[in-house]
Amino acid sequence: MDTVFGVEFDGGVILASDQTNARSILTYQTNLDKITELSSHSAMGISGPNADLVNFSEYISKNLALYELSNDGLKLSPHAQANFCRGELATALRKGPYQVNIMLGGYDTVKGEASLYWMDYLAALAKVNYGAQGYASSFCLSIMDRDWKEGLTCDEAVGIVEKCIKELQVRFLIAQPNFIIKVVDKDGVRTLKFGADPADN
Amino acid sequence: KYQVQISEARKMSILEYNGAAIIAMGGKDCVGIACDTRLGAQAQTVSCDFRKVFKMNDRTFVGLAGLATDVLTMNNLLKFRQNLYELREERQLTPKVFSNLLSNLLYEKRFGPYFIEPVVAGLDENNKPFLSGMDLIGAPVYTDDFVVSGTATANMYGMCETLYKKDMEPEELFETLSQALLASVDRDALSGWGAVVHIVTKDGVISRELKGRRD
Repeated sequence: MDTVFGVEFDGGVILASDQTNARSILTYQTNLDKITELSSHSAMGISGPNADLVNFSEYISKNLALYELSNDGLKLSPHAQANFCRGELATALRKGPYQVNIMLGGYDTVKGEASLYWMDYLAALAKVNYGAQGYASSFCLSIMDRDWKEGLTCDEAVGIVEKCIKELQVRFLIAQPNFIIKVVDKDGVRTLKFGADPADN
Repeated sequence: KYQVQISEARKMSILEYNGAAIIAMGGKDCVGIACDTRLGAQAQTVSCDFRKVFKMNDRTFVGLAGLATDVLTMNNLLKFRQNLYELREERQLTPKVFSNLLSNLLYEKRFGPYFIEPVVAGLDENNKPFLSGMDLIGAPVYTDDFVVSGTATANMYGMCETLYKKDMEPEELFETLSQALLASVDRDALSGWGAVVHIVTKDGVISRELKGRRD
């Protein structure tokens, strides 16, 4: 049911997700932030049951923080972070799997390039220019296939993301009134816009 | 049989979930191995650059068809075991030994296997081609002509049986391998979307990317 998708542009990545937290016929909240900041220059949009979402995202972000503390401030690149995530998902797969599907976006400050990763709950990992998890993929991938090109600007990428959101709101059966959009670039992770403030109680 | 059902899609074998096509073929003092580059989630295509053939060393290549997560896990595991071997033995793995290692790794998980069906291709100490294929629990087959694996095996067997000749030179091997793979994946929904071919000779490896149909 969750919508998570991302678009890479020249110098960064846009991540977007819906803000609905629901189970069965009940909506618990409509201002959930499903895009977790993993480190200063990376973030992970996660779809799946809230328990696994929170558990997995906190486990990964805390372990990445631990790595930095243990290794004298050395940061892991987005490629390394993605592979670390994949390793954790793969290990858990045959013990007690995390049912999370992920879009991981990061900016490598050393190389000066952005990267976006698609990762499913089976721990299959692929580096992509754009991607979507869940039912959203059926609606969004064609739009991204048509509009994405090499060397997009941040605004153009946000434009594609907003096109996708509009499409979902028109055609997707599950009503998702609120979306949160974040950008990851050389200046770090910041929220561009949200439908409902996650900080509200 | 291992079956998986994800949402409303029809039941599918777990080995077919991501899609793959791999062919390895022997030639005169050379060997070739090729794979498609599609990564899918059943009918949907996620990536067009997911390579399934990995270089272990200058003389040994492995192709891993099957569930993508296990392809990646096994690649890491094989790299790890290769490193251990080279540290202890102070020499490189030969294809025959590598194939045996892989077979053992798979059988260790006999009752909870990795969902991959690998193909090993390389040159032995005398620069003669080595080929082997395996099922998901490590049962090997050794041959000198060709081995195939993936979601389009029926197609690939047909193409290889028709196009294969003994003792092909590297250039001809490349053409044969490419045509066999391209024609096979074009009739399979789950594989294709690009291909990579490696030709291994005693002088080195030449890798080429093929442009094929992207549907």
